[in-house]
Formats: sequence, C-alpha cells, structure tokens
Amino acid sequence: MKEKPENTWFDKPANVKKIIFALCVICALLLVAEFFYHKHAYFAVEEWFGFYAFYGFIMCVLLVLAAKVMRVFLMRDEDYYD
Amino acid sequence: MIEGLNPALILIIGALLVPLFPQPWRRVYVIALPLVSMLQLVLHPFGTFAEASMYDVTLETFRIDNLSFIFGLIFHIAAVLGVIYAIHDDDPIHPTAGLIYAGAAIGAAFAGDLITLFVYWELTAASSVFLIWARRTESAFKAGMRYLVIQIGSGVILLAGVVLHYRETGFISFNEMNLESIGGKLIFLAFGIKCAFPFLHNWLQDSYPEATASGTVLLSAFTTKLAVYALARGYAGTDMLIWIGALMTAFPIFFAVIENDLRRVLAYSLNNQLGFMVVAVGIGTPLALNGAAAHAFCHILYKALLFMSMGAVLLRTGTCKGSELGGLYKSMPFTTVCCIIGAASISAFPLFSGFVSKSMIVSAVAGEHLTFVWLMLIFASAGVFHHSGIKIPYFAFFAHDSGIRCEEAPLSMRVAMGISAALCIGIGVFPGALYAILPYPVDYVPYTAAHVITQLQLLMYSALAFTVMMLWKIYPPELRSTNLDTDWLYRKGATEALLPVTALASQTTKDLFTTLAKLKEKTLGLFEKTVGPGAWLSRSVDSSGMVALTMGSLLVFLLLYLL
Repeated sequence: MKEKPENTWFDKPANVKKIIFALCVICALLLVAEFFYHKHAYFAVEEWFGFYAFYGFIMCVLLVLAAKVMRVFLMRDEDYYD
Repeated sequence: MIEGLNPALILIIGALLVPLFPQPWRRVYVIALPLVSMLQLVLHPFGTFAEASMYDVTLETFRIDNLSFIFGLIFHIAAVLGVIYAIHDDDPIHPTAGLIYAGAAIGAAFAGDLITLFVYWELTAASSVFLIWARRTESAFKAGMRYLVIQIGSGVILLAGVVLHYRETGFISFNEMNLESIGGKLIFLAFGIKCAFPFLHNWLQDSYPEATASGTVLLSAFTTKLAVYALARGYAGTDMLIWIGALMTAFPIFFAVIENDLRRVLAYSLNNQLGFMVVAVGIGTPLALNGAAAHAFCHILYKALLFMSMGAVLLRTGTCKGSELGGLYKSMPFTTVCCIIGAASISAFPLFSGFVSKSMIVSAVAGEHLTFVWLMLIFASAGVFHHSGIKIPYFAFFAHDSGIRCEEAPLSMRVAMGISAALCIGIGVFPGALYAILPYPVDYVPYTAAHVITQLQLLMYSALAFTVMMLWKIYPPELRSTNLDTDWLYRKGATEALLPVTALASQTTKDLFTTLAKLKEKTLGLFEKTVGPGAWLSRSVDSSGMVALTMGSLLVFLLLYLL
C-alpha cells in the first residue's frame, strides 16, 4: 500500500512565522477598525480607545502569570492520590 | 404522537431493552429510540399532562412549556449524538446507561412537581455513574464512587428541602421558590451541587475525565444543564446567583491553564461556561433567561464536540495528557478541524454558536449596569478562549511533534463530530432558528458592528498574548502533575485530619476483638472441661460394669425371692 505523504505544513518555521505575521496584521486592523464604527457603550470604559483589545491582552497575561504562581502551591506528583 | 406520553418514559423503558437486541440490530435500535422520543416531544402540544394523586398531593409528571421544551429538545439532540459517537463500541453499557441517563434528565426537565423532580434527579445520578465505571480501571471505579456519593447526596438534600418546603408552604409544585425558608435553601443547595457552584464544583473535574471516551460526551450534556434549568425554573432573579455565577466564570480558568489532562481542562471550562448561565439566571430578565437557555443549548453542542474530539484522541493514542500529545494534525486531520470548530464556538467567535448565545448574556449584564460582573465576564470570555480555544487544539494537534502516529477517529465518531460541528456553525450563521424556540420572544440582534469588532478585538488580542508568551517561553509548559482542588479536602485532608479518630477507632475495634477472642477462649475452655471429649459429662463409661451391676442386683433379687 502506498503511504500518503505526511502533511507537515505547520511544522515548518517559515509557515509558523506566516501565521504569527497574519495574527499581527489582524490585530493591527482591529485597532484601526476602532475609528469606523459607532459605539453604544453601557460603561464609560468601553469608550476608551481599544478597550477590549488591551483588556483582553493584559488580562490573559495576568491570568497566565497568576496560574504560574498557583502551580507553586497546588502542583503535586501525578500519582499524588494513589 | 401519543398525547400525555412522556418522552422520558420512552427513553428509560426503551433503554432497558437495549441489551436484548443482538448486533447489528442494536445499533439501529439505539439511534432510533431517541429519535422516536424526540419526535414525540416535537409533535406534543404544550401543557400539563400525566397527573397523578399521591395521598393529598397532585403530581404533575409531564409539564411541557416554553422553558422545559428547549431543554428537553437539546437533551434529545445530545442523546442522539452521544449514541452515534459510541456506536462502534459493542459494549451495551453505553447506550443502556446513556439513554436511561438522558431519559432521566428529560423527565426531570418535564417534572411539574418536586417529588417527580427528585425521582428523576436521583435516577440521573444512579444511571450516569455506569458511564464512569465503564472505563473499568481502579481509578475510574474510585472516582465513580466519589461521584455517586456527591450526586446521591445532592438528591438527599433535595428531598429534605422538598419535605420542609411542603410543610412550610403546602405546595409541592415545581415553580418559583425563594431563599427565605430552610426548605428553599436546601433545594437551592441541592441544585448548586449539581450545577458545580464554587467549592461544590470539584466532583465534575474529578469524575468526568475518568469516564470512557463516549461516557464523558454524554456526562457533559445532562447533569449540569439540568441544574441550570432547575435554577432558572425555581430561582430566576435571585441576586446571589449573579455573584456565584461570576465567580464560577473566573476561577476555573486559572486551573485550566495549568492542568495537563486535556479532558480535565475541558471540565474546568465546562464549569466556567455554567457560570455565564448562572449569572443570566440570577439577573432573571427575559433577555437574560433567553440567554441562559440559548447558551445551555449551544454549550451542550460545542462542549460535546470538544469532548468528542478529545475522546477520539484518547481512543487512538491511549492518553489525553498535553505533556504526551502534539502534532496529531498529521494523523487526525478531521478530528483536528472538528476540535477547532468546537474551540471557536466555545470562544464565541462570530459565525459560531457561542457568539449568538453568550453575547445575549453579556448584553443582559451590561443592561443592568453591573460593571464589576461585566468586567469579570469579559475576562472569563478572554480566558476561555485562552485555555479551551487555543490550549486544547494547540497542545493536542500542534505544538511539538510527539512522534505519535495513529489512525483517524472511527467512522461513527467522525459522523457524530461532523453533525455537532455543522450544528455549531449553523446556529452561529442562522441564529434565528434557535431564537425561535427560546422561552421568551426575542428582540435581540447579535451581529452588530460593535458586537463583532469588540469581540474580535478581545479574542485576537488574547491570541496575541498567548503567542507572545509562547515565544518568550513565559507560558507554563504542560507537565505531568496533579493540581490540588477542593477534592483534596475529602480525598486527603479529611482522611489525614481524621487520622487520630480513625486510629482510635481501629485500636478500639482491635481491643474489642481481642477481648472477645479471650472471652471465646474462656467459654470454650469451660465447655471443653464439661462437655468436651473426655470431660465428665461426655465421658463414655464402660457398660460392662452396668451389666454386672444389673446381673448382680437380679441375682440378689432372685436369691431373696427364692429365700
């Protein structure tokens, strides 16, 4: 039986770079989009420029940093309960 | 359609017959059964049916209205998808236990009184535990026992609450209740346990990842969403739920980031999604309750899809640990795509199902001007994308190549995943169909420029944060580990804290047995001395002496007579 050649597109560093570049472009465009839509804000913070973008970024970093600290206290061996 | 026939009974009685069917007829039967039951539901008129009197209370065993219909419908869809997913497996436990479990959840959703609710409530616990035990490992058995104790315990608290509620109010019907009476509080607590409220939550993360690949798919659908329904029915507009829900959306995502077992990560994100529904129930406005019902509907589908994709990985590679996996997109491309669709849905990307339901809840919160709760929900939305949306597909299918090469998921699993994925996209693109069956008339437009752009900003910048942290190696690596959660209290803490007590108890028992043994020895000794072999009561005496004595006395008698 002939083996199908393996698809290794995501393993190539050049392609990973393409994905990261695309993500950066999308993020930049989303900030530009701030100027082109009408905000009907319920809260004052929503009026800030790019509030959702910065809030998402900062909170995710804080989330991961906090989770790393949690590991110090909560992490045990895999067979801890056995 | 037979008027008054509860679809739950079709499923439960029909499920009991499953083991009697030989293959391949069993495959046909287990798919046909929930479909027939779903047809019965869809064609059935709304109203209250199958009333029965017990002493002086009236049981309404089948109430179908705007709120119970949508939950009954999605439970049926989940049952159909769950049995299709497991159809390659010849083990009759899955369809039997799974369909009884689905039937029990549906019966509970259609219960018009608290006694009927209690009966089905306990049946969900007793039937679903077999989906955990079906894994047939030591740890699954133990996790199943812990699960059963907590689930049955929730039922016992519910029963106590129902009895007190009846005594306090004289009503047994399952409608709005409050937290002022003890009965109301106990019922709330029982619902809270099944809904995985903070600190009552850990049975979920403990047990679901221990079940079989197909078992977890079914488990993820029913118990917790039944609890959401019960809260929406009994405690809509209870302020406390807003804070409980907000906490629920936030704290599980911290655990999800550091958890290694990817099905446990999904269990944490399940908990986080329940939080959104609980917040909505707490707000209790028509928009919020529509949001809760819609989100439960979408959530069951995308959560099942995510558990299906991880179940396929578990079946093919034998593990679900992030530290062992990676690079599976080469071996399982179809599963990869389905997982990404589930991930996009749970993250509420525009055009996927989560977006059209979650945005209703967030809008309802914003409409009430609850700033802090709103900030928490936005944070949780970013967080769920971070761990369910990115972490799950990334560590299973991409990341570093683990070297594992396996087959694609079996056909049955691919069919179930394909249908679920199609539904996730279908609802996201055409939300009108879902909005049409919500409990209240819908006046809501999900696709506005502001909604779409702000949501995309939130998600794409979360993805950017993930990428930056991966590149700078800040992101915590997947490690083989156990993370302590509240189950530590009863699995380790309580057993160790009670060590003196248990030691005393075991010493006392030992002493008691030693004393008993001594007493036994003494009694036996006495026995031995009196009736034992050779003792005076059981000694065998030579009968020749007796014969001689008789002969002698006869001789004496004869002599005397003759004289």
